[in-house]
Amino acid sequence: MPIVIDRDKCTGCENCLSVCPYESIVMKEGKAFITEYCQMCMNCLSACAEGAIREIKEEGTEPLAGGQKAEGYSGVWVFAESREGKAAGVSCELLGAGRKLAGELGVELSAVLFGAPREEAQELIRWGADKVYHSDDPVFRSFNDEPFSQLLAALINEHKPEIVLAGATPIGRSFIPRVAARLGTGLTADCTALEIDKETGNLIQVRPAFGGNIMAAILCPRKRPQIATVRPRVMKRGPYDEGKEGIIIDVKADNLSSNTRVIDTVKEASGAVNLQEADVVVAGGRGLGGEKGFEMLYELSVLLGGTVGGSRAAVDEGWVPYSRQVGQTGKTVCPKIYIACGISGAVQHLVGMQSSDIIVAINKNPEAPIFNMATYGIVGDVFEVVPLLIRKLKEMKRA
Amino acid sequence: MNIVVCIKQVPDSADVRINPETGTLIREGVPSIVNPYDMHAVEAGLWIREKAAKEFAETAKVIALTMGPPQAEAALREVISMGVDEAVLLSDKAFAGSDTWATSYALSRAIRKLQADIIICGKQAIDGDTAQVGPEVAELLNIPHVAYVKKIDDIGSNSIRVERLMEDGYDIVESSLPVLLTVVRELNEPRLPSLKGKMAAKKAVIKKWGHVDIAADEHKLGLKGSPTQVKKIFAPEAKKDRTMLSGSAEAQVDALIVELRRLKCL
Repeated sequence: MPIVIDRDKCTGCENCLSVCPYESIVMKEGKAFITEYCQMCMNCLSACAEGAIREIKEEGTEPLAGGQKAEGYSGVWVFAESREGKAAGVSCELLGAGRKLAGELGVELSAVLFGAPREEAQELIRWGADKVYHSDDPVFRSFNDEPFSQLLAALINEHKPEIVLAGATPIGRSFIPRVAARLGTGLTADCTALEIDKETGNLIQVRPAFGGNIMAAILCPRKRPQIATVRPRVMKRGPYDEGKEGIIIDVKADNLSSNTRVIDTVKEASGAVNLQEADVVVAGGRGLGGEKGFEMLYELSVLLGGTVGGSRAAVDEGWVPYSRQVGQTGKTVCPKIYIACGISGAVQHLVGMQSSDIIVAINKNPEAPIFNMATYGIVGDVFEVVPLLIRKLKEMKRA
Repeated sequence: MNIVVCIKQVPDSADVRINPETGTLIREGVPSIVNPYDMHAVEAGLWIREKAAKEFAETAKVIALTMGPPQAEAALREVISMGVDEAVLLSDKAFAGSDTWATSYALSRAIRKLQADIIICGKQAIDGDTAQVGPEVAELLNIPHVAYVKKIDDIGSNSIRVERLMEDGYDIVESSLPVLLTVVRELNEPRLPSLKGKMAAKKAVIKKWGHVDIAADEHKLGLKGSPTQVKKIFAPEAKKDRTMLSGSAEAQVDALIVELRRLKCL
């Protein structure tokens, strides 16, 4: 077992028992004992004041020495998702993030673009790419996991980038795992921060876990490339350079196969699309009591030129559709103003809106965690505060 | 026809917190549940079994599969009470510490042994929220998958047609069998356990497989077989520049409007 307890040092305080998320530590004869249920989360290491719990390095799990692991692997890649022939917004954001990583490592930044015209590849260069691997083969007109993963994996095998970033969108979250599985390398989903470890050159990938209640820093020290997905609106776009030059490399889409076929694509006009684009989001939670409570939020959002979002609680209750859900299991939003009405602020909600420029929280409970995130906190009844705000904004408009 | 449903026992993550002083997880008294999305996967498996029996006189069997510590057996018994026919628990020291790749490898070995025609998973588990294991299992089995399935339109003996949730609508996708599906809540309403099911759950013999039973390479399992490692865990940061407004509701609303105007937001 790689985690062991030194029985001589253990005082039997049971601190480690309460912090183990897997209930894998039991007491035997007054000493703590780690059972086979241990998942090696390392949580107990810092819980032990005596330093009795240690990690034993197992052969084959230590990171490779600097240089060795990265041998032959160089460069940062961004898989640039496109929709109907246009590069998606998240692609530009990833190029912004990728530029910084490539700068720190002193390597090239490349993009991979499937199913969009050459002009879009040029656009990716203006957003920061030095090189674009490009295919506009008809096979990529609709999204099928197998051809996308086969070609991306083949390109990675050929050119050996050390880092690959992709959007954590329905498309990226569906086919990027296949790429990682095919290459036998690690993948970290929904990263909220990416940085280079100065000492080892490894990519430190930060992501929320346990519904966003905790953050975890993940490494992929022994395999290359290191692959990470990032949700839309989490990273900031880099500068757009009209005159930037780069290389477009046409890649052949030969020998690709697919056992799935898209028969039809149905677009639904829903709040989901503009939820992520909106400058103002007025969101409601359990405190609104029902569908009816949301009516005033729609009115307020129209006055502010924004749209309405909901917490998981409100969506689970059926008061607002899932397409409007903000949070870890819904959408990430980053508006100029986010107004949280009757939302207590479970961390799973906070991770979906915490990078908003200004956060206004309205809640009757002064202890609600949402206030820890709020630029402006109003303690009061939403049914009093929101109608007041609507009235005053209307008065302003008239004046 | 064999339908394998992959489930995971998870802590009810809404209750997991980090102690800000020690930086460790507080998990006292947090109950273990079957991952909520997996309940929809179970329902989908049972629905396909019933449809296959009615429409093309095919006898289908629903097998629940989980990997985890011995206590994960409780999760399997729970889904047997809903009507699942058989259950397999993958439990072995060799699996401990597996990341999504190593977990997918172990599951894919077990599924190969079970000779599945359809594999159904929840879209993600609520403890990790990675949504990676389903697609990775499909790749390691070299079979197609469709993620985020919100409706099953049709199923034949060689193909299936489903609706896949996309960012701005949905795709209607046809796939050959065998196939792996990951499913979302909109797909169905999981049934409640029946009395007969509860009796069956009590009596059921659950198969327990270790890495030898599924002929898995030990070097591809556990910490050793996992490309990713958790370096550390920590609490999310609180925001700086916070202002609590005060006074009557009206005074607070007025103050807010003044602030928003000052920041040129109104």
